[in-house]
Amino acid sequence: MSSPGAIAPSLAVRDLAFAYPDGHQALFGVDLTLQPQERVALLGPNGAGKTTLVMHLNGILRGGRGTVEVAGLPVVPANYQEVRRRVGIVFQDPDDQLFMPTVREDVAFGPANLGVRGPDLQDRVTEALTAVGMQEFADRPPHHLSFGQRRRVAVATVLAMKPEILVLDEPSSNLDPASRRELAAILLGLELTTLMVTHDLPYAMELCPRSVILAEGSIVADGPTRDILCDDDLLTANRLELPFGFDPRHVARS
Amino acid sequence: MSAGHTHALYLPRDTPVHRLPPHCKLVAVLTFVLVVVATPRDAFWAFGVYAVLLAGVAAVAQVPARTVVKRMVVEVPFVLFAFLLPFVAHGPRIEVLGLSVSESGLLGGWNVLAKGTLGVVASILLAATTEPRTLLLGVERLHLPSLMVQIMSFMFRYADVVGAEMGRMRVARESRGFQGRDLRHAKVVAQSAGALFIRSYERGERVHLAMLSRGYSGTMPAVHDLRADRSQWTTAAALPLLAAIVAVAAWTVRG
Repeated sequence: MSSPGAIAPSLAVRDLAFAYPDGHQALFGVDLTLQPQERVALLGPNGAGKTTLVMHLNGILRGGRGTVEVAGLPVVPANYQEVRRRVGIVFQDPDDQLFMPTVREDVAFGPANLGVRGPDLQDRVTEALTAVGMQEFADRPPHHLSFGQRRRVAVATVLAMKPEILVLDEPSSNLDPASRRELAAILLGLELTTLMVTHDLPYAMELCPRSVILAEGSIVADGPTRDILCDDDLLTANRLELPFGFDPRHVARS
Repeated sequence: MSAGHTHALYLPRDTPVHRLPPHCKLVAVLTFVLVVVATPRDAFWAFGVYAVLLAGVAAVAQVPARTVVKRMVVEVPFVLFAFLLPFVAHGPRIEVLGLSVSESGLLGGWNVLAKGTLGVVASILLAATTEPRTLLLGVERLHLPSLMVQIMSFMFRYADVVGAEMGRMRVARESRGFQGRDLRHAKVVAQSAGALFIRSYERGERVHLAMLSRGYSGTMPAVHDLRADRSQWTTAAALPLLAAIVAVAAWTVRG
């Protein structure tokens, strides 16, 4: 689709529709494009189809209409291994993501599946853990870490795969304010294309210059996060609410 | 979650036994148990020697006798069974302490008790000197089917998570005034267990999804290189080898 010579977008979703086998239609023609290094918040109430959309990005769900491309590579079964390297999904519950007996082995799991071995593998692990400030915890079992630490390790597990795009499902949920701030600092320092699924509007404002709203299976708004959060009617219509006392108009422009 | 940073059964020390590679210890314990089981049950002295051998290992590994004895409670059901045998078995009867008991039953009971106890103590020593994590690497090294090793490693990883969930459910139950005192309350407990099962099952599905997302294709990538040199194997072989000599001697004396 892109002109010759131009860099392919990190993520290109075109006219994506999907119905679950029980007949429930979750997506009705979603279009979404993310340019390299762009950070975008995917907002929407519960049941809007956010998770369904995320599951399409690396081919966990498929079979509906439309296409998904990751950095120019179509998401089709033949490409799954490479697509799953390029799309790093951080799931909401770190206990689902961290299943190996130690942090080091968990971070190594992804790259090892890609065939990385020996010192290269150790370098990847160290690099990823350093990026999230968890290098001292490499030999600890995940269940002995705090929730915030586990979420950071979960981010490291996908960073170790050197992804093209980082997808975060509710990254701020269940975090105390300090862990939330620490995670924000880490994410801002990554310089990776990021798609952040959330209903935490201040967090979206802090981290993502651009937001899209997904409601009932289609994108109903796409624009600068500040403009979207200042549109009270738009938020109300989509069951999105700003926390008490938070006024996006009074947040300094970064 | 704050229950210490090592497993409950493991005693962190730095002894020759702790330093042995896990697969050597596994093979040693397994062979030792097989030798013990193969010993004739009326060679009473042989079992005494086995016990002394295990005591030697415990001493080298600095595992206090008190710890070993405390952990032997897992054996209690078998002990009860062993004590029942002399009374329920048939055959010629003899008088012991004024009670008429079956002779073959008495020997059978002794057999279960002695061999079971030795096996249990050997496993306790293995668990006390080997971290569960490295134990898994050991089984993997011994080429146990990868699927089984994966199941065991998930068990190790999620036991605490499921346990914590169970604890939260119990607290929530009791916070609403429930007290499980007698059998009539079994239904509520059973329903909680059912809910726990469903939750764990769903978690399993989510974990699988997370694994697929990171390129899992059915086998765990082998990233560990676990090797034992000749001297380590020889050290580990000391226990089963000595036991084997005793067993052969027991058979010879008997024959």
